[in-house]
Amino acid sequence: MKQILVALFAGALFGAGLAFSGMADPARVQGFLDLFGRWDPTLAFVMGGAMIPMAIAWIIQRRLDKPFADAHFSLPGTTLIDRKLTIGAVLFGTGWGISGLCPGPGLADLAINPLPALAFVGALLAGMIAHRVTS
Amino acid sequence: MLGAFPHAMPLEGLIGGLMIGVAAAVMLLGLGRIAGVSGLAARATGIADSGAPRGIAIAFVIGLPLGAFIIAQIAGGIETRFPPSVIPLVIGGLLVGYGTRLGSGCTSGHGVCGMSRLSPRSLIATAIFMASGFVTVALMRAGGLL
Repeated sequence: MKQILVALFAGALFGAGLAFSGMADPARVQGFLDLFGRWDPTLAFVMGGAMIPMAIAWIIQRRLDKPFADAHFSLPGTTLIDRKLTIGAVLFGTGWGISGLCPGPGLADLAINPLPALAFVGALLAGMIAHRVTS
Repeated sequence: MLGAFPHAMPLEGLIGGLMIGVAAAVMLLGLGRIAGVSGLAARATGIADSGAPRGIAIAFVIGLPLGAFIIAQIAGGIETRFPPSVIPLVIGGLLVGYGTRLGSGCTSGHGVCGMSRLSPRSLIATAIFMASGFVTVALMRAGGLL
């Protein structure tokens, strides 16, 4: 139960940060990617802001035997840089540019602008299912 | 400082970014997990068989719109300018969904969590999806789609 509440809190704070930072606005995200148009640097500030607590968190993590509310760390150990990673990133970046959305803002926007957010999230899940059935 | 970009929101971006970073730090130090939204969404919906326990994934995914809703209530509304047609939302969603599963992460997992860990895999993934996004939007602009 404690773990569920920690995850709910983290998700809510993450969603609040997306909304507060302007990243829930697809046009603003697309504006960051629009180097030859009306470029909007806001996303770089969001990324920079998010790096600060996380850089500290990784330093703390190295000194811990286990996390505060769970039995052990479950972190990705893959270091492989392969075709899956690169092609996946190319496809993701293309969809991100076309829509101005990635999974976090898409889900957060379900509470703010439900109909278009649902169109995106529905397609997002369909794309995930397509990957599952073809791999 | 940003006089050349009057529409930018550097302060809101920085504060919102700090909130996102603290949220990801809570996942890392509290539950020992990466706050990767694509992976957690796939797990919450049952599309992925492995990863975080489903309860944790579902709670985090429900939290996202909940937190955005709270901010929208406090702020008296949040601007969300979506593409005018459903077509870019559906094509974009399909590519983002397929691509994040193939590439094992998105802006949160590779971008926020992986880059701050200095994971070479995440640094490369982030550089590629950023470049891919820049090229896509440049092509859309060149093609008169923006």
